[in-house]
Amino acid sequence: MKIQKPAMAGTLESSDCMVTVTPEGGESVRYEIESIVMERYGDAIERAARETVESLGVTSGRITIQDRGALDCVIAARVETAIRRAAVKEVVV
Amino acid sequence: MSKLTASIKDALVSAGVRDGMTLSFHHHLRNGDAVLVMTVTALRELGIRDITLSASALFQVHAPIIAAMEDGTITGIETGYAGGDMGAAISAGKLQRKAVFRSHGHRPADIEGGKIHIDIAVIAAPTSDPEGNCSGKYGRSACGSLGYAMPDAQFADRVIVVTDNLVDYPLVDFSIPETQVDYVVTVDSIGDPRGIVSSTTRITRDPVGLRIAKYAADSILHSGLLKDGFSFQTGAGGATLAAAMYLKEIMLKKEVHGSFCMGGITGYLVDMLESGCFESLMDVQCFDLTAVESLRKNPGHREVSATQYASPTAKSCIADRLDAVILGATEIDTDFNVNVHTDSRGVIMGGSGGHSDVAAGAKLTIIAAPLIRARLPLIVDRVNCISTPGSTVDLLVTQYGMAVNPLNRELEQRLRDAKLPVVDIRELQARAENLSGRPQPLIMGDRVVADVLYRDGSLLDQIRMKELL
Repeated sequence: MKIQKPAMAGTLESSDCMVTVTPEGGESVRYEIESIVMERYGDAIERAARETVESLGVTSGRITIQDRGALDCVIAARVETAIRRAAVKEVVV
Repeated sequence: MSKLTASIKDALVSAGVRDGMTLSFHHHLRNGDAVLVMTVTALRELGIRDITLSASALFQVHAPIIAAMEDGTITGIETGYAGGDMGAAISAGKLQRKAVFRSHGHRPADIEGGKIHIDIAVIAAPTSDPEGNCSGKYGRSACGSLGYAMPDAQFADRVIVVTDNLVDYPLVDFSIPETQVDYVVTVDSIGDPRGIVSSTTRITRDPVGLRIAKYAADSILHSGLLKDGFSFQTGAGGATLAAAMYLKEIMLKKEVHGSFCMGGITGYLVDMLESGCFESLMDVQCFDLTAVESLRKNPGHREVSATQYASPTAKSCIADRLDAVILGATEIDTDFNVNVHTDSRGVIMGGSGGHSDVAAGAKLTIIAAPLIRARLPLIVDRVNCISTPGSTVDLLVTQYGMAVNPLNRELEQRLRDAKLPVVDIRELQARAENLSGRPQPLIMGDRVVADVLYRDGSLLDQIRMKELL
């Protein structure tokens, strides 16, 4: 899947996260993670995001996560939704 | 000679303020208090150094004094609670000496026993007369009870009353008598009423909080303690207030006539008093305007000192007469030790207050909290800071069920017989970790920034430095 345009998913409510994906040149995915539980779950958040990104075959772009204590399944769902939204080409009418 | 003094600064000078002294403050004005910051500002202007603050509690509103910690005006803090940036500043090592945490009952015990010597007590008083007869019940900054200030007024060498409502002598309904007061200062405002008491106490609508509250009330119902003469204490947190609401329904339905509620009084406890659930409210601290109003008008609503509330060295105290208490926790471990001092990063965010006092005194101590908060599991192998020893905790109630301390087998049997969802605490822990994953270990600094004392004077735990990134 390819990130074609900026897209978002999620909220900043407690126990949720807001994920923003943006297209970027190059052959790598860049992660920017900010979390209220960074010290205790920073590694787990990045792992959940990476696994989702890789499973969707995304190879370039920027993934920004503003986490408010979301569980791994929530992070994965938000990341996947944001990527699927970003993978749709803009339709110009 | 008149006690009226033009300013806090003049009163401090008259009281003989000098380097190295201990000044004390009460926290009845909570997050609206202006008097502590005004006093510290005066200390800085006078060039006084090396002061120990003995404050019954510190809040975010006191953050301007962090500058006075950094410049050496204040080098020590002794308190029951440090919230907001005040806790973070202690964690970051901004004090030259270790902070000392005591419970609300232990503080008056050490004041009376001479382990805390107060040179000057500064008492914010919502109403005072010119001789210092003062009260928290009246005036635009009314806060209700002045219970935490009473031992300070009685035992400090010098006492300064600061008020924004000076009335004619004598103020008949005083809480602190003129016999203990040296100076009276009038200022424009002792604080912001919006931070002093909340206008309403709101009960949680969160279904998780309500489930926890229901379980907590049900556990009291089946504990064997809920009968005529029952006594109770709870905090002002959302879930604990909801527990009081469920308990009220149960008491009215079962026609149980309780004896007293201790608090931390909220409108909900006033409602229980006025509905006939309890005969009286024993009040060391009012949390809202309804409680303040009730303290003025209800004969069964009685203001009490911190000493009478919970001092372990008093000849007797109310905490020891409690049947059931519902308390909170940031963490609890599998030995039922409770942390209410530090947050998930290890940074100071509160303190015991009366937590460890009433846990020790009550027949049934219930910790009520969600199993997971923003991914963080409530139950850990070992709490980062022991605020209340597990040996004084009987029951943990979460939305996924309740765990009984193995030390209280009788309670476990009663709750099981009532078909309440009793589970092993390790089972609850595993359930949370299954959802959240196990957290990475906390990394703390080496330097000890605070000692946490237990109410018998022993060292319960130490808090290490933690600077926020």
